[in-house]
Amino acid sequence: MLLISIALLTLDHRSSRIDNTRSILSIITYPIQVIVSFPIEFFEQVTEITFFSSELRKDNDSLKQELLASRVKLLKFDALTNENIRLRGLLENSFKLGEQVLVAELLSVNLVPYEHVMVVNKGSRFGVHEKQSVLDSNGIVGQVVRSLPLSSEVMLITDPNHAIPVQVNRNGLRTIAIGSGRLDRLILPFLPNNADILPGDLLVSSGLGGAFPQGYPVAVVDSFTVQPNKPFANISATPKARLDRIREILIVWSDVTPVPIHTPERKNPQEIKDTQDAP
Amino acid sequence: MRLNKRSYIEGYLASLVLAMGLSILPLPVFLKVVNPDWVLLVLIYWVLRMPEKVGVFNAWLVGLLVDVLTGRLFGIHALAYAIVCFFYLKIHKRLRQYPLPQQTLFVFCGLLFSQIMLYWIETLQGKVGISLIFWLPVLTSALFWPVINIGLRYFRISGHIN
Repeated sequence: MLLISIALLTLDHRSSRIDNTRSILSIITYPIQVIVSFPIEFFEQVTEITFFSSELRKDNDSLKQELLASRVKLLKFDALTNENIRLRGLLENSFKLGEQVLVAELLSVNLVPYEHVMVVNKGSRFGVHEKQSVLDSNGIVGQVVRSLPLSSEVMLITDPNHAIPVQVNRNGLRTIAIGSGRLDRLILPFLPNNADILPGDLLVSSGLGGAFPQGYPVAVVDSFTVQPNKPFANISATPKARLDRIREILIVWSDVTPVPIHTPERKNPQEIKDTQDAP
Repeated sequence: MRLNKRSYIEGYLASLVLAMGLSILPLPVFLKVVNPDWVLLVLIYWVLRMPEKVGVFNAWLVGLLVDVLTGRLFGIHALAYAIVCFFYLKIHKRLRQYPLPQQTLFVFCGLLFSQIMLYWIETLQGKVGISLIFWLPVLTSALFWPVINIGLRYFRISGHIN
């Protein structure tokens, strides 16, 4: 028994050969997760149903206004996207097409207290696979670490074992943000004391490493402490995604292969690898 | 006494499923870090009560299920549970005679051993950020042993599971 266990442990650590067994067993354990998460969701739905109609109307009004505002913003965004494609065409760069997303719901379960891993109700049956990035409406949430047939496990960006390549939106400074083990804190340990970064700076994903799509908001820098006796400064940031109260998330399929663009002047679509335009 | 096989299996499975549910219950942070290892407690209870039925292999299978449930490395809980249950199987005759406080102490040792196994394997795997609160569930689990013991005994007697 001991030998089998140790063999299993090493096999699972080294390769993905046991994933099938795990998938089969997960069909037994998935109902437990659903049952545990059901009362909480039921309670939330009941509170939603019994919401007062006046509040609903108020909600509706504010949502309509928000919709209008975001429509206007989207119009501008469309124009900007077109302009961006045109400019990139001039630079003979290809433009990455938009991503495909899948909405998944969180199961209210807590796997391990010292890790930030969540279970969502969409799995490999929906084509979810490992290393896909996960977003909510505010920013990046994390990435899929394991996909089972009926569910998948998502590691949050605040997990102590997680790191995400980011870029300061203001000046393009690249670095890595590491999870701190607290849901409201990220750490940027690899920036020197004289780095051009200020509290309030927005960090967006840089797309380096290929795991996350480029340009999505990750966090806002909230403190920058110079440590004169150490090579690196002490910088922390707050995640943009509201990790403690998300219900629905978006699982993203990012299209990493460059897409050729049609420039009106030149007839032949060119396929050139997407190069970094930052120096 | 004749063993009522069907109800024994039902009771065993029901208590295990309940324990698994409790162990993944979403709780506020301060409760989450002290959430006891319910599955191991229930397993220990059944090992002490029915050593001829619930053995090491059983514990190993339950451990595998817990691994899948909590997304750990495959076999980590299986290994820990199998070893702990093996010890309790060895000493179940003595342990059953002990008064509850002394039993709790012995259960504490078993839980601590299981947690040490988990810690070793997790760190071998290269996990970082495991702080001292990792050890808190051992204490709370041991404190919950009397509750589990009395609760399951009541459940067993009222359900005529012998």
